[in-house]
Amino acid sequence: MVENQTKIGWSKAEMAQKVALDIPDGSYVNLGIGMPEMVADFVPEGRELIYQTENGLLGMGPVPEAGKEDLELVNAGKKPVTTIPGASFFHHADSFTMIRGGHIDVCVLGAMQVSADGDLANWSTGAANAIPAVGGAMDLVAGVKRIFVITQHNTKDGKAKLVKQCSFPLTGKGVVETIYSNLAIIDVKEEGLFVREMGPNVDFEYLKERTEAEIFR
Amino acid sequence: MINKIVKSAAEAVKDIHDGAIIMISGFGEAGSPLELIHALIDQGAKDLTIVSNNTGSGNVGLAALIEHKRVKKMICSFPRTANSTVFPELYNAGEIELELVPQGTLAERIRSGGAGVPAFYTPASVNTPLAEGKESRIFDGIEYVLERSIKADFSLVKCEQADRYGNLTYHATARNFGPIMCTAAKKAIIQAKKVVEAGRIDPEVVVTPGIFVERIVEVTNPVNESDLVAQKLKYPW
Repeated sequence: MVENQTKIGWSKAEMAQKVALDIPDGSYVNLGIGMPEMVADFVPEGRELIYQTENGLLGMGPVPEAGKEDLELVNAGKKPVTTIPGASFFHHADSFTMIRGGHIDVCVLGAMQVSADGDLANWSTGAANAIPAVGGAMDLVAGVKRIFVITQHNTKDGKAKLVKQCSFPLTGKGVVETIYSNLAIIDVKEEGLFVREMGPNVDFEYLKERTEAEIFR
Repeated sequence: MINKIVKSAAEAVKDIHDGAIIMISGFGEAGSPLELIHALIDQGAKDLTIVSNNTGSGNVGLAALIEHKRVKKMICSFPRTANSTVFPELYNAGEIELELVPQGTLAERIRSGGAGVPAFYTPASVNTPLAEGKESRIFDGIEYVLERSIKADFSLVKCEQADRYGNLTYHATARNFGPIMCTAAKKAIIQAKKVVEAGRIDPEVVVTPGIFVERIVEVTNPVNESDLVAQKLKYPW
């Protein structure tokens, strides 16, 4: 058996699994749209998490079987979902009372850029012709106790996403606790970005070359 | 006798005037009162300011209202969604104004508008472009930005059940902005999937108490926005 391509870093599923491992049993969790949604597939056996979706559901269950979708039962990405036994519905002001009021334990979000200080930019490139759209991201980072970011380490054209300072408009300042990239798990501490774990076949030099912000180990 | 039920969507929206501020419920298509919006297109009111989370999709509902140039300004949190082309084109052409608001701030501006609170401080958007030009203040070491509440002339809201007093229940995540929008408008106009006799809705499960509701029209089989978009239909048909 010949492996002519060495796998570097983690797959999306492995990244989601790494995030899931760090969410304590009994947490109330809000998952952003896209890659963060995958985290729900990897909750370790014996742990119970309750998912909040900001459009008005606490106790979100998995995607419904084909043909059983209810167009009025959707997640924040406007995709059909289900409810778990014990779920509840509420209006938007109550939903953001949960979020802004500090009642949600963990939020997992995607990122365009994260800075060395834990600033997050994930809503706009600031380009003149882009239609700005923010959704609930600014409320989530302002109110949820712990913000985890799951993201590719670099952009599709190889640019660093972990930067000294965000060039894109901020979602929130100093809000990110941990970054889960395909190359490493990195904690944001007062002294800077600390690498906690590196993916398969990733070493510190390789990581440094792909990271604009200073990283420590 | 109090009876807030009217016979048609046209009758429900007849007094909406040019220049009105209108809140429209819905998160994407869930909870969007398409029949009321279509009646409003037929009615012809223009220069409207619309408060709604999104800007509609395809060429029906809110997107159609925008396409027919009835809307001068949108106040919303997420103006681009799947199949949303009408708003982006007009926005890029400089033909429609946008006030972009974080979703939770939008909800609280509506809630406080209905509650008689003119403004509030929130931590959301501090240190971002959306806080620029706004007053800020530090409480207990944390910075907050001052946001004004929103009051509307009318709200258009979709609900599940209603009675003649205006007591409402909702279905699943279609509830979203409905209850708070009913409180923040001078006149909340409702399309209900089912009108039931007074007393049939258990007082324990009423979500919107009738005091917040002006009038109701029953729409027993509302269209699904996504079906209309998939068929590439345009309103008016």
